[in-house]
Amino acid sequence: MTHSGAFLYDAPGPRAKRRIMLGSVVSALVLLGLLALALVQFGSRGQLDAVRWRPFLEWPIWEYLLVGLRGTAQAAAIVAVLSGAFGVLLAIGRLSPTRPVRWLATGYIEVARTLPVLLLIYLMLFGLPAYGINLPVLWKLVVPLTIANSAVVAEIVRAGVLSLPRGQTEAALSLGIGRAQTMRFVVLPQALRHVTPSLVTQLVSLIKDTSLGYVVAFTELLYRAQVLSAYNRLLIQTFLVVSLVYLVFNGALSYVAARLRTRLKRTVAPPDADAEQAADRELELPRG
Amino acid sequence: MSAVVENLDPLLRALGTTLLILVVSAVGSLVLGVLVTVARVSPIPVLRGAAFAYVQVFVNIPLLALLLLAVFALPDAGLIMPLTTTVIVVLVVYEAAYVAEAVRSGINTVASGQVEAARALGLRLSQTLRHVVVPQAVRAVVQPLGNVMIALLMNTALAATVGVVELTSAVNKVNLVEAQPIPIFTAAGLVYMALALAIGLAAGRIEKRVAIHR
Repeated sequence: MTHSGAFLYDAPGPRAKRRIMLGSVVSALVLLGLLALALVQFGSRGQLDAVRWRPFLEWPIWEYLLVGLRGTAQAAAIVAVLSGAFGVLLAIGRLSPTRPVRWLATGYIEVARTLPVLLLIYLMLFGLPAYGINLPVLWKLVVPLTIANSAVVAEIVRAGVLSLPRGQTEAALSLGIGRAQTMRFVVLPQALRHVTPSLVTQLVSLIKDTSLGYVVAFTELLYRAQVLSAYNRLLIQTFLVVSLVYLVFNGALSYVAARLRTRLKRTVAPPDADAEQAADRELELPRG
Repeated sequence: MSAVVENLDPLLRALGTTLLILVVSAVGSLVLGVLVTVARVSPIPVLRGAAFAYVQVFVNIPLLALLLLAVFALPDAGLIMPLTTTVIVVLVVYEAAYVAEAVRSGINTVASGQVEAARALGLRLSQTLRHVVVPQAVRAVVQPLGNVMIALLMNTALAATVGVVELTSAVNKVNLVEAQPIPIFTAAGLVYMALALAIGLAAGRIEKRVAIHR
């Protein structure tokens, strides 16, 4: 019993074990019943027929979808690099002692976090061309996603900086290291390590957002799925297969994030963990 | 600004649709999310596994893929509902996974002494959860839940991609007619910001009100 809810109950005795067994059987039956109901519904419309699934065993179909997956990876990589860089700059700006810089960074972050990406994409697609700004398709997807994601990255990095004990900055400053260098060589390296799991989770969210390429007609996985399903008329099969592809790749990344999180908890925890955590809590602001 | 004023009627109706989707999905996902969390920490391994799988599926698959599946594909299997209802159902099951993640992190902040005390007083697991654990867990995650609700607000815009005329869709339509993108999109952006701000402020106030003073 090591799962996260284990502290909620005692180790089960014989009677509790019987109840848990009964509960397992009943809930398994209910879940299987629901699954059977769905399968019957799908089957009655012929959606389970082998002919409707066999195309997805053929290489050309996968080749077609994999080109889309490459587009997804390309867009995600560009946005990740750009919003990583902007995000760190914005985080430093929001923590800056200079008021105008702080206000600018804060203003940008608060605005960018509360605009739907789709609104920005529509602006790119149908608004800006009226002013002669007509970017290539890839950038119509990348620019809105970068605008939104750099704000989120900035908040994650800022939370990491604020969770560091103040003594780190104070020690560096008292050694005569300048503010910029303190940030670069003392604070940021530690802060980024603290927030790596959150950054990986944000990468998952970003990969999901690249599916908006469907709207701008950029060749990524979901757009390819849409074109493929318009061609083969296998809507349910195509979208289920593509969802599964997303699930496999993002699930792997989510697993990495979870592993990093538990490892950080084990290795970074200082000997005097309680006092450090109390200090962290004092510094912690509501995060996004 | 005249483009906005002249089209105020359809824009306000679209805003109403956005608010309807937002409020119904918010309530639905909060309820479903708490239920998923309860399953996730239950002593029954099958329920725990199912809840874990549920969260993984909806945290890792894009909302847009789910919307397209539900709106365009599932009718082929005879599963069809009115458009707005479909969108709301998809948003509820999608956002519930995020609510479940947030509430679960809240459950881990409840001190184990609380649970032991409840057990020593003779409370059953369901009573311990209902009267001791969940009330404290939810209080601890008011801010994160507020952020999930802001994300939900952003996600309501995706309804536009499957043909629901909510704010983003209506704004786009008005712009296609009036061709004045800057005032029209700015107005829509301000409305979204105001709504997000309202959710954030509400979360802050609720957090203060329900806080347990020790």
